[in-house]
Amino acid sequence: MSTNTDTGNTRNTDTAPPAAGNLSRRGFFMKLGILFNGFAAIVLALPLARFLLSSITRGRENGYLSWVQLGNVSNFPEGETRMATFRNPLVMPTDGKTVDTACWVRRVAGDQFQVFAINCAHLGCPVRWFPQSGLFMCPCHGGAYYRDGSRASGPPERGLFQYPYRIENGVLTIEAGQLPTPGDPVASLASEKPPCA
Amino acid sequence: MRLIKKIGEWFDHRLQLAAPIREAAGHRVPRSTASWFYVFGSAALTVFLLQLVTGILLALIYVPSAGEAWSSLQALNHQVALGWFVRAMHGWGSNFMVAIVLIHMVQVFLFGAHKFPRELTWIIGVFLLLMTLGMAFTGQVLRFDQDAYWGLGIGASIASRVPILGPFIVKLMLGGPIIAGATLSRFFALHVFVIPGMLIGFVCLHVLMVLKLGINEWPMPGRIVKRATYEAEYHALTSKDGEPFVPYAIWKDMFFAAFIILAVAACAFYFGPFGPTGRPDPTIIQTAPKPDYFFLWLYALLSLLPPSLETPFLLVVPPLAILGLILLPFLSGEGEKSWKRRPIAVVTVLMIAITLGTFTRMAQFTPWSPHMNAWSGDPVPDRYIHGTTALERQGALVFQVKQCRNCHSIGDEGGQRGPALDSVAVRLTQDQLIRQVIQGGGNMPAYGNNLSPAETTALVAFLETLHPTTQRPARDAARDLVVSESKSRSATQP
Repeated sequence: MSTNTDTGNTRNTDTAPPAAGNLSRRGFFMKLGILFNGFAAIVLALPLARFLLSSITRGRENGYLSWVQLGNVSNFPEGETRMATFRNPLVMPTDGKTVDTACWVRRVAGDQFQVFAINCAHLGCPVRWFPQSGLFMCPCHGGAYYRDGSRASGPPERGLFQYPYRIENGVLTIEAGQLPTPGDPVASLASEKPPCA
Repeated sequence: MRLIKKIGEWFDHRLQLAAPIREAAGHRVPRSTASWFYVFGSAALTVFLLQLVTGILLALIYVPSAGEAWSSLQALNHQVALGWFVRAMHGWGSNFMVAIVLIHMVQVFLFGAHKFPRELTWIIGVFLLLMTLGMAFTGQVLRFDQDAYWGLGIGASIASRVPILGPFIVKLMLGGPIIAGATLSRFFALHVFVIPGMLIGFVCLHVLMVLKLGINEWPMPGRIVKRATYEAEYHALTSKDGEPFVPYAIWKDMFFAAFIILAVAACAFYFGPFGPTGRPDPTIIQTAPKPDYFFLWLYALLSLLPPSLETPFLLVVPPLAILGLILLPFLSGEGEKSWKRRPIAVVTVLMIAITLGTFTRMAQFTPWSPHMNAWSGDPVPDRYIHGTTALERQGALVFQVKQCRNCHSIGDEGGQRGPALDSVAVRLTQDQLIRQVIQGGGNMPAYGNNLSPAETTALVAFLETLHPTTQRPARDAARDLVVSESKSRSATQP
């Protein structure tokens, strides 16, 4: 019995599948259904993937970095290194205290500064400044840095991350907004470019 | 009773579940497998179910918001009746689960259960181990305290080292540019929906395969696994020397399951919940973050590897280890099952256990970390300043004030990053001491820019007094000769 032409007898098409290469009407519709679902999946996958990757796509345009104020230049005595805190430029309603960030500000002389990220260049733990010995020490794995941020000892492979800075109307301003990590040292642009001031 | 039976029949007529359950319960297992060695799989399942229950209970109070998670944990600990106990059960349950999964894995490996035809059961087990570790890490993040915050920073720093993709992985992992609200939310989603969902699915597959393929028989030395004959041999074994799983073998599983639940409860009751430690405020930097117990070995490894090896090691070894575990049943799918005939397997397990154990032990007292308060907190022992000159005492002061003590201990107090200095004068001459202090080296920072000549002189004078009374300080004989020669030369000159 031909299954292709017999539209009135559905039971026969179920029990007697056509030979290979001979597409039945229902088989055709099933394949069409799969295709249709694949189309729906692609239509949905694009916006969902865009949502899932939104934290990456924004960062690619450097949309996370902006200039934040650390306070008057006069707050930082010459030749000293002091902790300063700033609020991350991007704030979400549920962030709580996590958007408050610390950094170390070294006023070398006059308008010449170095602003170091608090994060160790090894694995991101908070480094502490010891003015007596002129060293930054990390509590996690024992990394140490000199007062100019260069590596002194321990596991870090590089010096401390530095934020680019400029001085606007006597206010120290840094370009921040992203966690510096060894593979993405966003905060170290200052070492590549000449200081703006 | 008749009513209950009738109701049961009504349900089963619709569910059709009684027959498959009866079949699973009555399936024959080799008599030798009714052993206390075979209880760890069911124990892992028991703890997993316990984690599901306590986890759901915690979710009734916990708030997955970076601003409020820490306070909600405080409320659980102090305000909600027995909230501390449920938190402690979940925390200890996690420790037990990782431990039992590891024990189960070792037992299964030593009994050759990964061999034909149970290769896929082993591979799914490897995924279950990875998911269990994933649950342990994401769970530590949900305890959103200082350790969790900086632990995420460590995770991000490791992830960032992946070539090219690193920065994108970090932003995907953190849900933004920094560790903040979105980070906690996505770790909540992972810990509560994604990984548990996968775990439930994989656990079902794992157990189903044990039922379908049969439990691994007790390995006998000399009984070789061959693909061609194994299944027939196993079938003969279970029909000749088998017993129904229920009740012949299951009673040991049941006893051990109850014992484990009570053990978790006892630990929770006596030791209490884990943390939370300080508030997750990144401006509070007086903290020494540490991972939870099962990642301490990694923490130690990251301190002890040479810096140049660290990134390649982190990126290459874990994938290789996982690949090795997955390929294991294909590399040794046949042959001896008994650990008595597999010395390399036994030695490998011992080596891994000893290595992980040593690293874990070391990470408990972190000899590589400077003691941040040693310089101001630990006193110089009396015997080291008794009867010393003013210069040497000044040197002891320099020693403390310049934070040398943070990395060097004297009198068993102070950091262990550098060598203890109780007998440093025996090891180094005066010249060598001066050079070491000023130029550093051997993993010590150079202090040349931070010490005045007077401070260096005083410090070295103090260090030269540090030797046992029975041993004289190191002396450069040639130096005395040069000094005396130059003295006599200057004396002869007009």
